[in-house]
Amino acid sequence: MTLQSLGEFLGSLWTVWALIVFAGIAFWAWRPRNKKRFEKDAQIPLKDDDR
Amino acid sequence: MSSPAVLSAGARTTPHYVEDPIRAAVVLTMFWGIAAFLVGVIIAAQLVWPQLSFDSPYLTFGRLRPLHTSAAIFAFGGTALIGTAFHVVQRTCRARLFGGEPLAWFILLGYQFFIVMAATGYLLGITQSKEYAEPEWFVDLWLTIVWVAYLLAYLGTVLKREEPHIYVANWFYLAFIVTIAMLHIVNNLALPVSITGTKSYGAWSGVQDAMIQWWYGHNAVGFFLTAAFLGMMYYYIPKAANRPVYSYRLSIVHFWSLVFMYIWAGPHHLHYTSLPDWAQTLGMVFSVMLWMPSWGGMINGLMTLSGAWDKLRTDPGLRFSVTAVGFYGMATFEGPVMSIKAVNSLSHYTDWTIGHVHSGALGWVAFIVFGTLYYMVPKLWNRPGMWSTRLMGWHYWISTIGIVLYITAMWVSGIMQGLMWRAYDELGFLQYSFVETVAAMQPFYAIRLLGGLFFLTGGLLMAYNMWRTIRGEATLAARPRPALAA
Amino acid sequence: MFIRHEWIEKNAILMLVLTLITVSIGGLVQIIPLFTIETTIERVDGVRPYTPLELLGRNIYIREGCYVCHSQQIRPFKDEVERYGHYSLAAESMYDKPFQWGSKRTGPDLARVGGRYSNDWHVAHLASPRAVVPESIMPAYPFLADKPLDYGDIAQHLKTLRAVGTPYSDEMIANAKADLEAQVNPDLDPTALEKRYPRVVVGKFNGSTTAITEMDALVAYLQMLGTLVRFGDLPPERLRQ
Repeated sequence: MTLQSLGEFLGSLWTVWALIVFAGIAFWAWRPRNKKRFEKDAQIPLKDDDR
Repeated sequence: MSSPAVLSAGARTTPHYVEDPIRAAVVLTMFWGIAAFLVGVIIAAQLVWPQLSFDSPYLTFGRLRPLHTSAAIFAFGGTALIGTAFHVVQRTCRARLFGGEPLAWFILLGYQFFIVMAATGYLLGITQSKEYAEPEWFVDLWLTIVWVAYLLAYLGTVLKREEPHIYVANWFYLAFIVTIAMLHIVNNLALPVSITGTKSYGAWSGVQDAMIQWWYGHNAVGFFLTAAFLGMMYYYIPKAANRPVYSYRLSIVHFWSLVFMYIWAGPHHLHYTSLPDWAQTLGMVFSVMLWMPSWGGMINGLMTLSGAWDKLRTDPGLRFSVTAVGFYGMATFEGPVMSIKAVNSLSHYTDWTIGHVHSGALGWVAFIVFGTLYYMVPKLWNRPGMWSTRLMGWHYWISTIGIVLYITAMWVSGIMQGLMWRAYDELGFLQYSFVETVAAMQPFYAIRLLGGLFFLTGGLLMAYNMWRTIRGEATLAARPRPALAA
Repeated sequence: MFIRHEWIEKNAILMLVLTLITVSIGGLVQIIPLFTIETTIERVDGVRPYTPLELLGRNIYIREGCYVCHSQQIRPFKDEVERYGHYSLAAESMYDKPFQWGSKRTGPDLARVGGRYSNDWHVAHLASPRAVVPESIMPAYPFLADKPLDYGDIAQHLKTLRAVGTPYSDEMIANAKADLEAQVNPDLDPTALEKRYPRVVVGKFNGSTTAITEMDALVAYLQMLGTLVRFGDLPPERLRQ
């Protein structure tokens, strides 16, 4: 197996890997369970009393 | 730079947070902004009247153009990022800046020293001639020291925060700092000819140097001019609109997909060159995909305003920020289009690229900085609002007209020149000599100059307004005009 | 889920490391193979390191920022090949530190400008572009013709380049100064210079003065651009990347 074909093989694998990670992050971000927490986190800039 | 007395005059005392270096950064950002716009106007004029270099070695387009780009990106943009990073990280972590005032001053002033060294170097011909990485080895080394201190201050603050969650703006700032460090070091590896001389030779050459340079160069756009300014967006737009960001979940997905994809896009600067095809194709595919996270971020920024659109009428500062997000959306749509090889074969080497860069640099970067500064100045100097809301409105419209003139002129000249280069006459000969295509650009270069003048004028209005606000004169808005939403 | 984003969000160091990994992938995949895949640089004959004079001329090209308006990269399109010559090869810039492919053509491409115009044309054009091309918008560089070339440390330049990978031999370094002077002096015997640097062009590039000026060096560099590879006798498979 030449380095080039190995590179191409890994290249195709990266796509799959990246897609799985992306799906994981998206799934996690929109998980209903996490909704409340994020709404709270989003308030952080507004919490401080900067006039 | 203003004296320390002016910087702290009449300012409210918040012992908890480091503030004076941030005030200095705000003033310096404005100063560098004017400098960058002014040099831009000068070199735009040189393309209309080339005699304006006066046969001087110090005023040629080749030496002034890096001065303009570095002043805009690193001086104006970079100083704004240092100032806002300190401002945002303290408030979202509810912690005093790590290293306190001494470290903050070292970073800010050390960075200014970097800018002055780089800029004087360009005028004297001390340059690597690597686009957006022109500074020579000793300047690069100094920047590395300052940058490590910057990372230390930022990370140190995040580590000692009182807020359990790290707010998303900080992710973007952190990614910016650490990625720029990586790119800067790898791209600038070089060996000086003599330790007392300015000249060096780089570690990379030819095609590898090209790939590494654009891996750096495109991510100077991706992380310096995008990720970091998105951090700005994620703090200051919610703040100015007094509403949380539209979707915090979207911001998480936005962050990870953006930082992953941006780094691949570099080869689109090298389409159809001696760079092997596989690398060009990778660059194109990721550039096109990048459109999605970019627009995710744009939607997130714009929708934060939903239910508060009326604020755009009363707060020209917020109008700047929101328009910036609009331009961000436009530029990040145009970018992927231009990275498609068929389009790039026409657009590359022409003014279309210059126009594209300026819709990002003026429309996105400068506008979000303007919006942010209009928000920060009254807060930092404890004023009820900017001295004149009306002048802010003028600034907004003059700058917007300037951008529109600029980018439409560059679209027309770019596409026209690209088409003229490849035009054949009926006998099968190339229809135009190169210099004929240069001559055809003249009217558009004049329009571009006019656009630049508009933008510079807007910047001067802002500087004047800022000066009056900082001096603490009664706010015009506090008299008969409606009060500014603070 | 076993991995919880919450850990990342609350741990700045972990977040930093993950970010660094995420941003490293793209660069690694695109950059490393360019060093390991042998065909990245085409195997053609003729490309050699710059002569001392050409090198200093190139350094003036770099100093003046010529790359902001001139590319050195011909794309494989019919019109570009007709206008400028054979499309550029990676091999042709293999000793370029830094590469000067450029990204804007406010002026024409210079990848194969070598030999297209006379030395006198270049000297006149650089000193006053509009005297030669009325529509030109290029800045004038009259100062180059008056400024003596600073080449006292030329051997040190070659040594530095060798340290970062350019194959300058001991002989080239030892003779750097003599080679530089020989290239601008048509009265000297060029045999040794030509042996070290095949296809070198010898001549008094800036005819207006007997001193060795920056103009000599810059014109010497411009006159060699794109001239090293002979495309006529090159089998196509040698061009494959």
